[in-house]
Amino acid sequence: MIGVEHYVVVSSILFVLGVLGIFLNRKNVIIILMAIELILLSVNLNLVAFSSFLGDLTGQIFAMFVLTVAAAEAAIGLAILVIYFRGRGTIAVDDVNQMKG
Amino acid sequence: MDWLQSLRLVAPELLLSIAGLILLLASAWARCDRDARVITWLSVATLAGCAVLVVPTLWSGAHGPETLAFSGLYSANAFAAFAKLLIYAAAGASLLVAPAFFERLGAYRPEYPVLVLFAVMGMGIMVSATNLLTLYIGLELNSLAAYVLAAFLRSDDRSAEAGLKYFVLGSLASGILLFGISLTYGFTGTIDFAGIATALQGGLSTGATFGLVFVLAGLAFKISAVPFHMWTPDVYEGAPTPVTTFFASAPKVAALGLTMIVSLQAFGTQVSAWQPIVIFAALASIVVGALGAIGQTNLKRLLAYSSINNVGFLLIGLAAATPQGAAGMLVYLTIYVAMTIGGFVAVLMLKDADGNPVEELADIAGLSSHRKVLAACIAMIMFSLAGIPPLFGFWGKFVVFQAAVQAGLIPLAAIGIAASVIGAFYYLKVVKVMYFDEPANKAVGQSDWIHQALLALCALFISPAGYLLTKCLGALAATAAAVLFHA
Repeated sequence: MIGVEHYVVVSSILFVLGVLGIFLNRKNVIIILMAIELILLSVNLNLVAFSSFLGDLTGQIFAMFVLTVAAAEAAIGLAILVIYFRGRGTIAVDDVNQMKG
Repeated sequence: MDWLQSLRLVAPELLLSIAGLILLLASAWARCDRDARVITWLSVATLAGCAVLVVPTLWSGAHGPETLAFSGLYSANAFAAFAKLLIYAAAGASLLVAPAFFERLGAYRPEYPVLVLFAVMGMGIMVSATNLLTLYIGLELNSLAAYVLAAFLRSDDRSAEAGLKYFVLGSLASGILLFGISLTYGFTGTIDFAGIATALQGGLSTGATFGLVFVLAGLAFKISAVPFHMWTPDVYEGAPTPVTTFFASAPKVAALGLTMIVSLQAFGTQVSAWQPIVIFAALASIVVGALGAIGQTNLKRLLAYSSINNVGFLLIGLAAATPQGAAGMLVYLTIYVAMTIGGFVAVLMLKDADGNPVEELADIAGLSSHRKVLAACIAMIMFSLAGIPPLFGFWGKFVVFQAAVQAGLIPLAAIGIAASVIGAFYYLKVVKVMYFDEPANKAVGQSDWIHQALLALCALFISPAGYLLTKCLGALAATAAAVLFHA
């Protein structure tokens, strides 16, 4: 029998993968955007699983809001990435280093 | 009927969103700098209108069921009103300073005031949140507008990089916060703050503890408390200076207000669970903010570390978890907003002979020899940030430390006071460079009258004359803070 704890474990693993994807990836900023998306989806999985097991609709409504905001966030992230690329001609993570200290 | 009542309660946000949408439409037809200026002034007028709408709420000390709108998703109480007034003032100031800065670069767009209006609406929703969903929507409305603002100077590499960094780390923070929210929801069965407090009355399960920690970590990102402060210096340095003025003032007020609401209301029945976390973040922020600033050569970076340092002092008030502590935080926040805006406006006023902005510490050496008034104002702001008595900055530190001592956190207060001495070192270094170093004669350009007027206003507020306000400010802060402690 699959209980709520299985869902929480899966979503926690996805969340950790997303966070590691942001910090360990040294290649491409697009991968960071994908990692952020993974984090948000792990949250959605959590919300929907809890919602179903609690017999309460709130979590599913919350998941809808998260999906909407995630779309807006991706749009803004890509827009910023485009103007960054125009100026620098690269989107490698290691090149994001104009400011230090 | 109920619907109309709700709309009346959200009037400030309604006004902001309608004005923002109309001005966004108008900006599509804007042709020249003059149009952008008109839209800026209209935005400032909108903020003033919103301030007029929230004053009665603060004055009457409104709290309780009649302040709840939309079935308890939003509360127009006195605490929210206090925070909103500060947010509107800070946003208004960062709108007023913008045209002179961007027009010289030929980069002023009417979208700047519109984005600020949308961010302010998000902040208004944040401080009025009574529910994790409202909290999230408000926070994202604010953040999404802020990411764009950081990258506003599109052709400038540093601004684009600041936008990118802010976006990545801000989204990570939102993700962490959301994960915390999902756990809190799962283990308490509700997303309503009052409901969470009731559910946690019996004790804290492991899942709910994780939820609490993740939520606080996400919020610590937004207020740039240590250990989640690493984005602050980079973003503050890279973003255009008017945007930095905005970031250091209004969103700080909103995010700290939100942290207070979440800690004292949603997790108000589990103070002992979050108190050690807040104490750690407070002390670490004070120390890291002070030590990190010492080696900085860029004034904006220096002020960024100063804001991390100040957040530490503010969190001492939160650690007390008493009405006095919360009221002290609000008083400190008010003074902090005046000091920060004064500090960044002073940086905006530093220009070389061709009108290019001057941001390096070495370039303001001997500033007192040719810009006497400006140097005196910067010196005053630095002394006030360091908390040296005749200035108003001292009062802010005094009230939070007093609250900490009254709550029995004497070691915390003692360490905090000792650590504030480290901070005094770099504030005084700026004064020393301006007054006693060989003049570099770099920052000789003339400044805009709006900048001068704003700096004069901030300087007047933090001067000893500010103490005339202590009674009124203290009473209003106490009224606002009391809201958080009504069950």
